Amino acid sequence: MAATRVRQARRGAARRREARAGLLFVLPWLLSLLLFTAYPVLTTLYLSFTDYNIVQPPRWLGLQNYRTMFTADPAFWTSVGNSAYYALLAVPLGLAGALGLALLLNARTQGLGVYRTLIALPVLVPPVASTMVFIVMFDPDNGLINALLQAVGLPTVGWLTDPTWAKPALILLSLWGLGASVLIFLAGLQDIPQALLDAAAIDGAGAWQRFRHVTLPLLTPVILFNLVMGVISSFHIFTQALVVGGTTGKPLESTLMFMVHIYRTAFRYFAMGQAAALAVVLFLVVLVVTLVIFRSAPVWVHYEGREGNNR
Amino acid sequence: MIPRDRTPTQQRSGKTGVYTPARFRTRRSLALMVRHVLLVAVAIAFLVPFYWMTISALKDNSQIFARPLQWWPQPVRWDNLLRALHYPGFPFLRFLWNSLLYAGCVSLGTVLSCAAVGYGFARLHFPGRDLLFAITVSTMLIPGIVIFIPTFVLFKYLGLLGTYAPLIVPACLGNAFFIFLLRQFFLGLPQELCDAARVDGAGELRIFWQIMLPLVRPALLVAALLSFIWTWHEFFGPLIYLSDRSQYPLSLGLFAFRAQHTTEWSLLMAAATLATLPLIVLFFCMQRTFLEGITLTGIKG
Repeated sequence: MAATRVRQARRGAARRREARAGLLFVLPWLLSLLLFTAYPVLTTLYLSFTDYNIVQPPRWLGLQNYRTMFTADPAFWTSVGNSAYYALLAVPLGLAGALGLALLLNARTQGLGVYRTLIALPVLVPPVASTMVFIVMFDPDNGLINALLQAVGLPTVGWLTDPTWAKPALILLSLWGLGASVLIFLAGLQDIPQALLDAAAIDGAGAWQRFRHVTLPLLTPVILFNLVMGVISSFHIFTQALVVGGTTGKPLESTLMFMVHIYRTAFRYFAMGQAAALAVVLFLVVLVVTLVIFRSAPVWVHYEGREGNNR
Repeated sequence: MIPRDRTPTQQRSGKTGVYTPARFRTRRSLALMVRHVLLVAVAIAFLVPFYWMTISALKDNSQIFARPLQWWPQPVRWDNLLRALHYPGFPFLRFLWNSLLYAGCVSLGTVLSCAAVGYGFARLHFPGRDLLFAITVSTMLIPGIVIFIPTFVLFKYLGLLGTYAPLIVPACLGNAFFIFLLRQFFLGLPQELCDAARVDGAGELRIFWQIMLPLVRPALLVAALLSFIWTWHEFFGPLIYLSDRSQYPLSLGLFAFRAQHTTEWSLLMAAATLATLPLIVLFFCMQRTFLEGITLTGIKG
């Protein structure tokens, strides 16, 4: 009796010691969560209802900032349109391109390592640097791309200097950096059991059928991951757009992305309240879109059990 | 040797059972050829911007936009690189040093803090742990700008604008993504190791530092490398926090240089090359660790 009680007390003390140690280990992050997450999120929410220019204390406005945004700020709709255009093209093209490349690379390709490295390399280039290289390459009069187009007899366009073609050029720039998703798709492809593909082949399935009914369903969790990452990062496009078009979104506001609009509102005009409202809207949009994607997952994402012969 | 050989053999015999061997072989070699042509085309397309950046960096400024296209710089202006390093008003050598310090500090701080926090979440039990971890993961959805506006104001009132403190200190307290990553690795270590060490009377700190940490070294290297690269790329933070040009990291230095010298294209390309080269060297030095680590995350995540 006494011995068990002593043992229990000892175990209790050990558990308390472990809890204390655990809290100490996560303490830095706890601080960060409070100071650099919870506090800023709540403050941004509060500021979005105020007029605040940093110098004077915030003045309560109620919903005025949101009303201004939706009804009296044409740049808001321009930037939303630009960002939506960019995301709607860059994300599907990026996904399809990355998946296609991963499939090309997958099956025991000779020199796989070399190709993988080449495709991953652009990910290393700082966005400011890669954008500047594209500005040089896509120069409308004397750039490499138009010279090549001309050489093969295709029409040339103004690219980053033409409001119609500036966003497509930015999308091409984003496609140059799709190596990260290719690597993730490759890892996903390597997890697909060869036996399943072999079984399908024995049953007479052609290459397309095997892809459509074996590879693609098994890859849907990876597609989901890459889709969410792609959507989030394309909503946040900033650096490339700022390097190309500055804070005015040259040419003709065609590269005025939503993040550029928030940036100039906050750090050029110092309209912190208005910028906070814009940031809250961005947060909500990211949240809703991510939730919708996750909610839609059961319909199209195929989760294979570890043993996995349920289909 | 036998198990490694099995998959391809099986597949081959499985397929030849269906198709006539000869017809199948020609179709197969045709498909292989198409695949290789496509891959070479893609590889060239991915390499062209690198090639163009490098040769533009070595061209005379008048040749950058010359027609017909100059596929090779004539003359090769090696001095462009030196001129960029010591350009009056834009000391890219200084920017390089700033980038190294900035990315190095953030990378080191991130790895140390995220290892400790990830270990706490993975191996130690304390009340509210799972809730806290769920919160941690969900913070990854918060757009950076939501955080930046109030922290900018905060650091302004602390008098720390124009210093690296706002860029480095928050990073040293942890980062949700790397905490998540390292936690996954700590979860995979055998519990017996901890128990044995505890029986031997080792404290939690010692178990963490001397037993667990060395076992996740590949993951620590991956986290350090990714964090270093992302900080090197970082543009928004330096843009809003730094004001004195001598403090700029390379990304911001490049941006400011282009704003002021709109026609110095070859020097701009030389500076862009300079901003890229260290990461490429780093990548090739650590490529194996890097790919090993990515594979490991693929399995565990």
